[in-house]
Amino acid sequence: MNPITGGLEEVLRHLGLAPGLRPLGAFVLLSAVVAAAMFGVVSLAVRRRWMSRTTAAFWLFVSPWMFGFAVFTFGPMVYSLWLSFLNWDLVSPSRFAGLGNYQKAAADPLVRQAIKVTLVYAVVSVPLQTALSLGVALLMNTDIRGINVFRTVWYLPSLVTGVAQVTLFLWVFNPNYGLVNGMLHAVGVDGPAWFQDPSWALPAVIIMSLWTVGGNMVIYLAGLQDVPIELYEAASIDGAGPARRLWSITIPQVSPVIFFNVVTGLIAAMQIFTQAFVIKSAGGAPANSLLFFVYYLYQNAFQFFQMGYASALAWILLLMILALTLLVFRGSAFWVYYESANPKASRRRPRVR
Amino acid sequence: MGKATNIVVLTIGSLVFAYPFLWMIATSLRTRQGVASGGISLWPIQWQFNNYTSGLASFPFFTYLTNSLLTTLIPVVGSVLVSSLVGFGFARIPARGSGLLFGIVLATMLLPQEVTLVPQFILFRSLDMMDTLYPIILPFMFGMPFFIFLFRQFYMRLPASLTDAAVVDGAGWFRIWRSIYLPLSQPILVAAAVLQFMSSWNNFLTPTIFIQSDRWKTLPMALAGFTSVNRTDTSLLMATSIIVVLPCVLIFFLAQRHIIGGISFTGTK
Repeated sequence: MNPITGGLEEVLRHLGLAPGLRPLGAFVLLSAVVAAAMFGVVSLAVRRRWMSRTTAAFWLFVSPWMFGFAVFTFGPMVYSLWLSFLNWDLVSPSRFAGLGNYQKAAADPLVRQAIKVTLVYAVVSVPLQTALSLGVALLMNTDIRGINVFRTVWYLPSLVTGVAQVTLFLWVFNPNYGLVNGMLHAVGVDGPAWFQDPSWALPAVIIMSLWTVGGNMVIYLAGLQDVPIELYEAASIDGAGPARRLWSITIPQVSPVIFFNVVTGLIAAMQIFTQAFVIKSAGGAPANSLLFFVYYLYQNAFQFFQMGYASALAWILLLMILALTLLVFRGSAFWVYYESANPKASRRRPRVR
Repeated sequence: MGKATNIVVLTIGSLVFAYPFLWMIATSLRTRQGVASGGISLWPIQWQFNNYTSGLASFPFFTYLTNSLLTTLIPVVGSVLVSSLVGFGFARIPARGSGLLFGIVLATMLLPQEVTLVPQFILFRSLDMMDTLYPIILPFMFGMPFFIFLFRQFYMRLPASLTDAAVVDGAGWFRIWRSIYLPLSQPILVAAAVLQFMSSWNNFLTPTIFIQSDRWKTLPMALAGFTSVNRTDTSLLMATSIIVVLPCVLIFFLAQRHIIGGISFTGTK
């Protein structure tokens, strides 16, 4: 515990605050000091006419986010960068290690395995999810009856996420009694051991991720319904068939939505953790077959207590995600279509609802 | 492709998608023997409803439920209200540097949370908040970048005359936000609340790091522990999973229209 926190808690103890609330009380007191300082500076600036009242109002309105950003994001990031140059186990005094942690990571075969597993997961699962959710959305984008029933059925599984989903799929992929191998057995195929088999564990996690594409599908469906109907009419008059209309109208029109989903999907996929944790603690994922990067980071930080090394890994993850995002952004110029880029195409008539 | 083909493909796909869900419910109602002999069928064979009661009785369910509710509902209220306030500031109060600051808000959406994991651990340790619920609640009380973005976009689309009239009227910015903009943004309020509920309710990484004692464990943590210990008792496991998932499903059916609308708005606009 920090001496300032300790002192504040001591004061709160004298004031008779319940023990469980003392840490919160100390935090609130510290934040109040910051808030009062900021309020003081702003009101002084307004009184001295350095700042208009409107500008002051803006800064006060965004100040909660700025405080949270400074305390829980930016400050920790700077601190984490500093930590990544140290060797520290939380107990003994820290030692400066220079680039030692990064050199260690470069030589660590487990880091290589973690990067491989995570990248394969991200690069395989995200396109599959995109294809599946877009495909289903296309099928639903015809005016058929009962569309709401279909939409609900496809959306419901995406509510079963996290630990509950893994618990269910541990059983779905159970080698002996599971749903998948039961089905395969019915058609005369002997299924693999899935989570228990080093070469099938990752494919099983990818298949599992496809079950929760409902959220993306709903987004695509909304995007598809926004495509102006005149474009299809004009194309039909010009003699374009269904495949041609799909390729030349539908896909370009929803490409910004695809782009959004691919970027957010990749970032999320690089941070996969819960699946590995639960499968591992249930005795699956042999031979580091599900050693996702964040799981390895977690192990280093909170099982081996190598805070410096874990921070270096965190920064490596950040750089990998930035590089991947940048790559997708760069590539997007070739396939993402924005209306404003082409003034002729943006002459969209206002839609009457 | 004809309409009939579409319906056939969709129906088959829906069956494949719904099957694990239905099977989960069927398994949760089986006896131990029924699980082994039931295989892939959807019919429980021998009905046993008390899996739910024994599932609940096998761990301090109500303690975990209380912890889960605390770490979900407080962030829901906090993050939604604060994000609305900040989003209003960005959308309606003109100031120099506003655009740049909003760019920073957007950029933080790309940051992986894991970068701050180790320093946050050290921060909460020095705030004496280890093994309490505070580390799972506090970071959400200062607005979420994504929700700030949603509220800002929504407020920008409202007519600017709303503010002008109120300013002439002499109302302060805070009153304009509270009595005009906040009530008008009901669709975003619901969508953001639901998103935050789902993410906090299912949050697993941070509780795993900060909480050790049973007194403060949340339901997903309990289920994960349950999974590794009671590996063999599948019907109990499924019953417990369903209890954990149930609030999300209920909320979905209650607010279906808002959720679908909200998700579509977040993805396409």
